[in-house]
Amino acid sequence: MDFTLMLTQLAEGMVVTLEIFFLTLIFSLPLGLVATFGRMSSNGLIRNITKLYISVMRGTPLMLQLFVVFYAPFYLFKIPLSSEWRFIACIVAFVINYAAYFAEIFRAGIESIPKGQYEAAHVLGYSKGQTFFKIILPQMVKRVLPPVTNEMITLVKDTSLAFSINIMEMFTTAKEIASGQKNIMALVAAGVFYFVFNFLVAAVMERVEKKLAYYR
Amino acid sequence: MEVLTMRNVRKSFEGTEVLKDISFSVQKGEVVALIGPSGSGKSTLLRCATLLETMDGGELIYRDAENGAVTDYVVCKNDENGNSVYSSPAVLRDVRRQYGLVFQNFNLFPHYTVLKNITDAPISVQKIDKAEAEKTAYALLEKMGLSDKANAYPGFLSGGQQQRVSIARALALNPEVLFFDEPTSALDPELTVEILKVIKELAAEDTTMVIVTHEIEFARKVADRVIFMADGVIVEEGAPDDVILNSKNERTRAFLGQLQNR
Repeated sequence: MDFTLMLTQLAEGMVVTLEIFFLTLIFSLPLGLVATFGRMSSNGLIRNITKLYISVMRGTPLMLQLFVVFYAPFYLFKIPLSSEWRFIACIVAFVINYAAYFAEIFRAGIESIPKGQYEAAHVLGYSKGQTFFKIILPQMVKRVLPPVTNEMITLVKDTSLAFSINIMEMFTTAKEIASGQKNIMALVAAGVFYFVFNFLVAAVMERVEKKLAYYR
Repeated sequence: MEVLTMRNVRKSFEGTEVLKDISFSVQKGEVVALIGPSGSGKSTLLRCATLLETMDGGELIYRDAENGAVTDYVVCKNDENGNSVYSSPAVLRDVRRQYGLVFQNFNLFPHYTVLKNITDAPISVQKIDKAEAEKTAYALLEKMGLSDKANAYPGFLSGGQQQRVSIARALALNPEVLFFDEPTSALDPELTVEILKVIKELAAEDTTMVIVTHEIEFARKVADRVIFMADGVIVEEGAPDDVILNSKNERTRAFLGQLQNR
């Protein structure tokens, strides 16, 4: 197989990989914050349900979660599995999995903000919502950047798990080319891609950290 | 006029009684210094007055006179069993306009500039026009000798500068009573002086202030009235010289003697 053709095919898979990566981030970051609220809720029922959710998401393999989400409509409700559903299921599984990790990172960030910040806001008359969104959240974001970067890098590599439900992302493509051609080049190219992608993620996040270093 | 009245305040933490039936009031324009050993309950009293703690029993009332009309803001009253019953959240929100608090550890918002620290509450809580809030802020910064720091972030200021910003932040809301919770305890001696100077200036302008402090000599000079607390009760109160220099009370003398012998 010609090298250019291989790269073209890999590039198609790469687009899918990027889609999984960005869609997962876009949905799991806010969902993670919602889960943080649940986890920190004063309502015991909400708190325990959130704890159970986080525990299940962290305690079982993402690959298994991909299978369960993908096949659930069929086994539970006998809904035939469409080809669109395959990709949606993939995103749903990634989002609920990553949101659980983000929730705990955000919780650590929120709990690390000194009590005095809440007290100052209270005395100055800020409402609870204002206190959270104006005072706590911006400081939390700065503190959680390093662990969030870690998760993002893990996510780049985890996108390859989508092969398990036959999503044609880059790893799936590379594996098919490699086994079809009896040649490891495609896998090497995929590896280079993951590495470069993560290098960029780390560089971008470092810039964001620097931007937020205007205060201390 | 009494701008703050606290009656029969009781407060316990996990079974330990920290405030035992404390009553005290503050007159408009008065400077009250609260002194006493650590654990005497003076900070807790301040935290109850500023709604950072809820009291178990007792009453708390703020009074404001504007355009000749006197308004009482009842924070809490006793029920028939002597337990505090707090007013509705709407009332408590209004009452927070009546007082300001300067913390021991400043508690400035690190992600806001000095200017925004001072203007944000007036703008987003009191809905004051931005230009007006900034005008007030610049005037306060000038008074605090910090005009050149408006755009600095708190983390880059000295402790004394941060504390002056936090005083400006509290003053920007134009409170009836300004509380200080050990405002110099986190500062080096040379920085303490700047803060005490600012408080003295405020006292000269008849700002109503309640100051919890370990600076006894400062309390004597700046306060109109000194309250000595120990073990959750007010042991003695009166004119500064009477309490600090000529106390007849053994407990007071023991505490002041200890400080002198350091």
